[in-house]
Amino acid sequence: MPSSPPSWSDDVFREIKARDIATICTIPDGGLTALLDLAEADRALRVVTLTSEQEGVGIVTGCWIGGGRAMIAMQSSGVGNCINALGLPTAYRAPCLMLVTMRGQWGEFNPWQVPMGQAVRPALEAIGVKCFPVDRAAEVGETFAAAADIAFNSRVSAAVLVSQRVIGAKGFGQQ
Amino acid sequence: MSAATPNKILRRSFVAELLAHRGNALIVPGLGSPNWDIFAAGDSPEFLYSWGGMGLAVPTALGVALAQPKRRVLAITGDGEVMMGVGSLAVVGDQAPANLAILVLDNETFAETGRQRGLTAGRTDLAQVAKGFGIAKTMTVTEQGRAGELAEFLFKAPGPVLAVAKIAITEDPWALPEKDGAAIAHRFRVALGLEKA
Repeated sequence: MPSSPPSWSDDVFREIKARDIATICTIPDGGLTALLDLAEADRALRVVTLTSEQEGVGIVTGCWIGGGRAMIAMQSSGVGNCINALGLPTAYRAPCLMLVTMRGQWGEFNPWQVPMGQAVRPALEAIGVKCFPVDRAAEVGETFAAAADIAFNSRVSAAVLVSQRVIGAKGFGQQ
Repeated sequence: MSAATPNKILRRSFVAELLAHRGNALIVPGLGSPNWDIFAAGDSPEFLYSWGGMGLAVPTALGVALAQPKRRVLAITGDGEVMMGVGSLAVVGDQAPANLAILVLDNETFAETGRQRGLTAGRTDLAQVAKGFGIAKTMTVTEQGRAGELAEFLFKAPGPVLAVAKIAITEDPWALPEKDGAAIAHRFRVALGLEKA
């Protein structure tokens, strides 16, 4: 469990609210705890718990086509579950906005996280998603805002990749 | 393939009869044959056709339903399509949108790709699966004559609801709708008053 809520979560939450994003689809990650707590506490926001991240791509796409705004918040391993699904918003020319907390990179303890973590950006770019990596906590909010604006203004899919350097590596009691 | 009881419902005429009762419900078909069925019944801008994204019909319909809480939304999909995204039935059960209905046209095969056996030909019962995921109201239909009753359930019963219609494997004439997704989404959004024509 994270010991204290990192401030980048407050910044992202403010940008979510400013853009009328009313639905957050998620498979949680430790790095998303503070943001999801903020979302759960906000009665105007709907948190949709998924069984697999690809469902979020369908929900976000359908929501936008129906006149709403939604996003996915997930760990980097979940990106791998979304790749074929991400053809759907592209075909409809609908935006799919994603916030991804990274594993398998900066200071990773668990080797099982490394293959997908390292594949996130090339895999997303191969399916046509604009990637916005960020490795400083102070820049996560503005990076999220920029990605969201490109997604909704240009009707493309965009992913903010929050570095493990920001979140802190999970130590499993070993560090 | 086992020689189990052959399904009797003829999908084209059955779907056409259901849609005659849809009112202003929005229709989200799963990829493949459900698109041909609804297009053959009569094109509408309120049909969100899809040509890909297997497993995403229910999530897409859920997204539309959350964004349009005052409109009835019906996902019409196949057994293989819904099984690929079967976890999404748990998400529907959890979110419990009162305006969402799901119809599975169950021919127990991957008919589009050569009639290979599907899992619902075996021990999988999608209505029971839905109940287990918290979609309390389900209906399984094996008779063509129950289309009117099924339409009442799909378009009027408080959602979320799920129905399984055991359909025959048939050779139906091709009836292909628009395949440009941007055009399909635009037309749908114009019908909802979200974009100008």
